[in-house]
Amino acid sequence: MAGRRVEITRTTVFGALALAVVACLTLGTLISVGLRAENTGGFGPSDWAAIRFTLWQATLSGGISVILAIPVARALARRNFPGRGALVTLLGAPFILPVIVAVLGLLAVFGRNGIVSQSLIWAGLEPVHIYGLHGVIIAHVFFNLPLATRLILQGWLSIPAERFRLAASLGFKPGDIARALERPMLREVVPGAFLVIFLICLTSFAVALALGGGPRATTVELAIYQAFRFDFDLGKAALLALVQFAMGAGAALVAFRVAMPGGMGAGLDRAVTRWDSGGWLVVQDVICITVAAAFLILPLAMIVIDGAPGLFNLPMPVLWAALWSVLVALASVALTLTLALPIAALAVRRGSRIVEGVGYLTIAASPLVIGTGLFIVIFPIADPFALALPVTALVNAAMSLPFALRTLVPALAGIETHFGPLADQMGLHGMARLRLLWLPRLRRPLGFAAGLAGALSMGDLGVIAMFADPEVATLPLQLYRLMGAYRMGDAASAALLLLALSLAMFWLFDKGGRVDADA
Amino acid sequence: MLTLEKARIVMDDFRLSADLSVPKGARVAVLGPSGAGKSTLLSAIAGFVPLSSGRVLWDGAEMPTMPSNRPISMVFQDNNLFPHMTAFENVALGLRANLRLSGAERERVTGALARVGLDGLSDRKPAQLSGGQIARIALARVLLRDRPLLLLDEPFGALGPALKGEMLALLGELVTETHATLLMVTHAPEDARVIADQVVLVADGVAQPPVPTSEIFDNPPDALRDYLGK
Repeated sequence: MAGRRVEITRTTVFGALALAVVACLTLGTLISVGLRAENTGGFGPSDWAAIRFTLWQATLSGGISVILAIPVARALARRNFPGRGALVTLLGAPFILPVIVAVLGLLAVFGRNGIVSQSLIWAGLEPVHIYGLHGVIIAHVFFNLPLATRLILQGWLSIPAERFRLAASLGFKPGDIARALERPMLREVVPGAFLVIFLICLTSFAVALALGGGPRATTVELAIYQAFRFDFDLGKAALLALVQFAMGAGAALVAFRVAMPGGMGAGLDRAVTRWDSGGWLVVQDVICITVAAAFLILPLAMIVIDGAPGLFNLPMPVLWAALWSVLVALASVALTLTLALPIAALAVRRGSRIVEGVGYLTIAASPLVIGTGLFIVIFPIADPFALALPVTALVNAAMSLPFALRTLVPALAGIETHFGPLADQMGLHGMARLRLLWLPRLRRPLGFAAGLAGALSMGDLGVIAMFADPEVATLPLQLYRLMGAYRMGDAASAALLLLALSLAMFWLFDKGGRVDADA
Repeated sequence: MLTLEKARIVMDDFRLSADLSVPKGARVAVLGPSGAGKSTLLSAIAGFVPLSSGRVLWDGAEMPTMPSNRPISMVFQDNNLFPHMTAFENVALGLRANLRLSGAERERVTGALARVGLDGLSDRKPAQLSGGQIARIALARVLLRDRPLLLLDEPFGALGPALKGEMLALLGELVTETHATLLMVTHAPEDARVIADQVVLVADGVAQPPVPTSEIFDNPPDALRDYLGK
């Protein structure tokens, strides 16, 4: 009896500690920012412009991504072809793709000297204007079209095959199927998908930093960075940080109401057998899939083509930055798991949605808001710029936490349902339960969560841009500096290195979790 | 002696009450229609389901709250083994929950595996074992735990008739060796005849006090007659 009390206390203590860290990082930094924001002059026209632009670009990005994703998802749902599985897997890749690498790839395709613009000029037309709203939207659609496609594809595959068989036996035309089966599904799935993407684009920083800027294309996150970095106006940065948090929290609340679709789910590896899809529908689907695949693959291919020649002649600062990035990513992985496991344990043991909900707080918080808050807190005690790398690792871990919880909580709940009674019978408590039951059975989800956290941290260009001094940089920041100095050859090679490191980081952890893991 | 003293279990709209005693060394089959609460009764005795009122006593003393501190070994319907552990480790859990075993204890584990006819398979994991072998491992662990009260919740439900017969025979031997008191949930009346000298009938929200097996089958009460369908 005493054992049980100790055991609950241990789970509670570690869980509560982890929750306290999360609360300090999100709400604590927000409060410190809020106190700072009191003595400031309020918003100028440029601030209102930033707010308007942020909302507008997020709406457009979400809308365009979802609208384009519908035909692509429909094509993937009803066609089976060699390479379909690989393409669906590729749709998951942008999630762990460093933003700044994708931006460089998109520049190589849509930029002034990119292949699309050159073709347009050759045809006597105007080239694409990649800087400003267009570029921001193109980059956001590049990242979120695959996500939207996966979410909507999941909706399509959730329609039972029997319905399509029934429809075929009743002689439904494609239009009838759309009305009876597909539109009701889309009505359920599309709003959630739009909101998720809207939320992601709301906190867009790296894309806006690289492709936006200026009075007409500055997001609130970028405005925080500029107020902080260029004007060192902490009051203004704080005020903008509050606005950013309010927008994020508002969108997150709406998104949770609409019931978030689960994007990580497996089971997308089959096409629905359909009887309605011959003739020109095939042509339409082939075009959709080809165009979407080209849009995804071309920018990445350009990185490989442009970056490969210089890969083994990278300047020393790039190599140092790569080393720092790997270390920051590993630290971030360790921090993510250290926070996620106790929170997951507490959430499962208590059966508490609230515990899990606190873990998701960092969705609404933005990295730059947390960064601003940490700066305000650290500034009187120590030199924040000297702590750039640890702060980056910590903020990255906070941003990875929701994904880690999303992976770990259901897995741990399943373990407790299946093996909890047996473990209780055997008296597996405390460390023995962690060592002999949880860790061995959580290997796959832990590996996956660690891989995500590592790749996200590896490619992150956010809070490091606020804090970094000229001496120390992570690889994404170094890459951004190379682009700013128009050293495009070195930039492409650094981008290729960053891409390889991010994918390797994910692959190694994810595979590590699968080696010798028992079904 | 196991005593359920005015015990009541309430879960949503499910209700079960039991006021009964099982003498030491008895072999009891728990029979009754599905959904009547046979498994719930065992879970309550093992400490997994809280009582709304009443007490569970062993030898006149109230049982500890923690399942692992009760004088009980339980074999579940499924998930009796951890899939990531070898047969040896799964059995060894019965001795040391943290798996830190002394040399003598390792020998006892090997001995228990040999006793149930599994020598040589100690390094296999459950996925590499048959249903019958998995049941034997669970019984080897019961042997090592050596608790006076043994609860089995339809443990051989997934086995074929011949294999089930073998397992029931082995179970009978183990119970004789350890002098344990046995409560086994089953939906097969013939199992009750083979292994049990008494029957607890669970039906209509009540777990009846145990009745000698021969008596209850010769002259079944209405609830049992409905269940047996004759």
